[in-house]
Amino acid sequence: MSETPHNAERPLANGQKRIDFQTEPARYRHWKLAVDGAVATLTMDVDEKGALFDGYELKLNSYDLGVDIELADAIERLRFEYPQVRALVLRSAKPRVFSAGANIRMLAGATHAHKVNFCKFTNETRNGIEDFSANSGVATLCAINGTAAGGGYELALAADHIILIDDGAASVALPELPLLAVLPGTGGLTRISDKRKVRRDLADVFCTTEEGVKGARAKDWRLVDEAVPGSKFDDAVAARAKEFAAKSRRDGAASGIKLTPLTRRFETDSIEYATLMVEFQRSERIATIVLRGPTAPPPNSADAMVQQGAEFWPLKLARELDDAILHIRLNELEVAALVFKSSGDPEQVLAYDRFLETNKAHWLAREIRLLWKRVLKRVDLTSRSLVTLIEPGSCFAGTLAELAFASDRSYMLAPTLPSPASGGGSGRGSGDNKHPAAIALSAANFGDYPMANGITRLACRFLADPSALEAAKAEREKLLDAERAQKLGLVTFALDDIDWDDEVRVFLEERASFSPDSLTGMEANLRFAGPETLESKIFARLTAWQNWIFQRPNAIGDEGALKRYGTGQKPAFDMRRV
Amino acid sequence: MTIQTVDYTTKIPNNVNLTEDRQVLRALESWHPGYIDWWMDMGPEGFQDALVYLRTAVSVDPKGWAKFDYVKMPDYRWGILLAPKDDGRAIPFGRHYGEPAWQEVPGEYRAMLRRLVVIQGDTEPASVEQQRHLGKTAPSLYDLRNVFQVNVEEGRHLWAMVYLLQKYFGRDGREEAAALLQRRSGDADKPRMLGAFNEATPDWLSFHMFTFFTDRDGKMQLESLAQSGFDPLSRTCRFMLTEEAHHMFVGETGVGRTIQRTCEAMKEAGIEDASAIDKVRALGVIDLPTMQKKLNLHYSLSLDLFGSEVSTNAANTFTAGLKGRFQETKIQDDHRLESATYPVLKLVDGEIKRVDEPALTAINMRLRDDYTADCQRGLDRWNKIIDKIGVPFKFALPHVGFHRQIGEFKDVHATPDGTLIDDATWTRDKETWLPSSADGEFVASLMKPVTEPGQFASWIAPPRVGIDNKPGDFEYVKIAA
Repeated sequence: MSETPHNAERPLANGQKRIDFQTEPARYRHWKLAVDGAVATLTMDVDEKGALFDGYELKLNSYDLGVDIELADAIERLRFEYPQVRALVLRSAKPRVFSAGANIRMLAGATHAHKVNFCKFTNETRNGIEDFSANSGVATLCAINGTAAGGGYELALAADHIILIDDGAASVALPELPLLAVLPGTGGLTRISDKRKVRRDLADVFCTTEEGVKGARAKDWRLVDEAVPGSKFDDAVAARAKEFAAKSRRDGAASGIKLTPLTRRFETDSIEYATLMVEFQRSERIATIVLRGPTAPPPNSADAMVQQGAEFWPLKLARELDDAILHIRLNELEVAALVFKSSGDPEQVLAYDRFLETNKAHWLAREIRLLWKRVLKRVDLTSRSLVTLIEPGSCFAGTLAELAFASDRSYMLAPTLPSPASGGGSGRGSGDNKHPAAIALSAANFGDYPMANGITRLACRFLADPSALEAAKAEREKLLDAERAQKLGLVTFALDDIDWDDEVRVFLEERASFSPDSLTGMEANLRFAGPETLESKIFARLTAWQNWIFQRPNAIGDEGALKRYGTGQKPAFDMRRV
Repeated sequence: MTIQTVDYTTKIPNNVNLTEDRQVLRALESWHPGYIDWWMDMGPEGFQDALVYLRTAVSVDPKGWAKFDYVKMPDYRWGILLAPKDDGRAIPFGRHYGEPAWQEVPGEYRAMLRRLVVIQGDTEPASVEQQRHLGKTAPSLYDLRNVFQVNVEEGRHLWAMVYLLQKYFGRDGREEAAALLQRRSGDADKPRMLGAFNEATPDWLSFHMFTFFTDRDGKMQLESLAQSGFDPLSRTCRFMLTEEAHHMFVGETGVGRTIQRTCEAMKEAGIEDASAIDKVRALGVIDLPTMQKKLNLHYSLSLDLFGSEVSTNAANTFTAGLKGRFQETKIQDDHRLESATYPVLKLVDGEIKRVDEPALTAINMRLRDDYTADCQRGLDRWNKIIDKIGVPFKFALPHVGFHRQIGEFKDVHATPDGTLIDDATWTRDKETWLPSSADGEFVASLMKPVTEPGQFASWIAPPRVGIDNKPGDFEYVKIAA
């Protein structure tokens, strides 16, 4: 069977050089964010001419990554800038059309890597909408005023409640299989079966019916929660939103903080942020992310934290790390390994964790910890080899130590001479002024940051031996040296400086030499031991199948369904089942 | 009503052996009463008991397809009649070109075909609903009879589509057939599927324009479905086309007689200038510029019915062999169109330009071009009437970019001659191109019913010949019956 050659890169629109994940409401082209008391409305009104890449138009509220970047930004704004919001309505400004889903011409012309990254990001955005409801108490209502097909319906599926207009025409549909020979890859299959619990045989009918299901039947089959006639539609949506807002347990303040634009400086081989920097060693295919610990102790009150706003160190670092990860995913495709390093005082990092723990009932502290949870999940789901290097002067403590646990491997530099028992404050070991390499745990490592599989990274790490988790828990708030850390199973290797340089170099060189595809597959399998959740099923089962189908000639070959879509010519399939 | 109480051989004229078709009989058992209820609710208001001199098709041969007699409309014999089967018929286009035409629905095209049948079916009852109030203001018994003839035939065309749904599309087909009776033109909750079929038909000039322009779209759609590789659909549409010709006739002559009356009145009053609107209106006739505005409206709304100029759906239905081009079998090409192109008017960098598009995706555009040519021939005949009487005026079709809600030009404004203009200019000038509410009020003021046999309202000329060659004073509708 002939392989389809790697798709040529399609140029970004307007001569842009990279995909930028930073935006703000004043720059949105596709969404309108309106807040009326406790109810926020996000209205999708995609600008046909506002595509991210050249070569296609975004008709019928279809979307590409650019549209979803705005959606993700809007949800972040609602979390931080509008704590008074208690219910969210998603709707469309286009008459008789909700959304036609991911733009097919965009998909047909996209590289495989872009398709995968696009789906991953849109999945993360939808999971974020569900998290906003589950953990911030902002229930989401989706008002479907017309056709909601494919990704359009999948967006609706992220909501808690779906109201479909019952006008004899509007339908919800997952036409991917019959129309495009691919899957509804943004959680569609998983959410109809696991979240909405649509009966499997009805789901089979639904997913093979291109035109979808309308009105009362859509409700009977559990595909929507309500089917409402057009004359009562707006009233029903408004009433339901009010009801949700009244039931919400979100107790946010009357006003939020401003998510000010990140300051970034892009150089040829580095990106400088305020709280971290990224260095590219392109010949080695390595990106090193150096996180900087706080330069001042935490503020003395929650009000003071609000005063600091977007400058508050944990918030600032989380936003910058998120942006850096996304940048590397989409714009630095050849990077094989992400190396996490850090510099700063681990005690200070622990102090910030304590501050957030003490103020965990405060809306802003809660949102910051939820943001960290999502950023760390984003790290887990990044298909590059992840390595953490714990060196003297680093500050992998508490929240930042999660990066070591998210990594495929971690290396910790041990003092050359055997050190006294841990926690003894053994003085500066390695000749310079840096404190010896230490790792530290806080309460945050034991519950605040579950992975997609629903358990913490440490619980996942110690699945075989729950007592190891208890042992680690007993060591909270202590600086642990390499020997102790290795004994507790918190790092992969503790190496002294005689071995350090060679071991790390050889590991990274070996990593860069392996097939990127098999590494992606292996890492994704090893990272998520333990239970399954809706989220883990989306990223494992649904995404893996989709990414296989996305490579197959039946979808992307010259006679495949994606390539032929829109030409009027019928795709030709290789009919052998695999 | 039950199977036992309806004698389908006499009540429902058909050539599909209905009495032995258990499947369709069972489906009709519940659908037929619903249809009668719909007709009583939504059919011509106030005339259900009148005796109307109607044409009924009782068979498809030349003797049977036009039987004239007085009928009460609810008793009209809506039949199921398909053009005779041609055993050697081959699929005339698409990827199955040359294969024998399908007598059963191919599984892979079932949903696509059903959608085509449902959309066509939805337009038939819609126009009956749109026209249900016209009886109150008919300009003559002749015209009254004509609208009722159109209405009952639209009803029969609904039957034709429902037969296909019930015969070939199983449970889904039965549900769609039921839904055709539930949607209502202009209803906020259950509107008809296509935009133009939710617009009001407020007066008789609108009705005649509608039958000329919008029913002509219907004719073009039927022409392209008559080419279908699915033989029962093809045969059904071929027979419907014989009736559709009468609708075209009602529209063309209705507008033509209105033009004729206006021009004659102008001549009699010595008015040369067609733009002397007040003077012309004072004669109790409709001025020609207002008719041009109505024409602009109905033509542009009807163009929207063809869908987007470049359309994947149209390409898919062509390739599948389900919906062809106008007079497909007379076109000299490969009938597959995989590498052909077709010129399409598009908006390119703010200018209207002709661009070559793959012919497959330009199927809608091609059908629409054929439609425009067909409309132009009608306009030529209208212009001949004006010319003959000697008034200096000419009707013209507006540019395809004018007043569009669907397709390439939906987001821009253009004048009737195709000049792109900004929003402010459009808002300022649109009432010089489209009927204003004052125009509507004036036309409405002329809509006084005339019910004396042989008499006609002031604004419309009598026809040259009567229906079924009846004399001028023939009582086409017996209202008091």
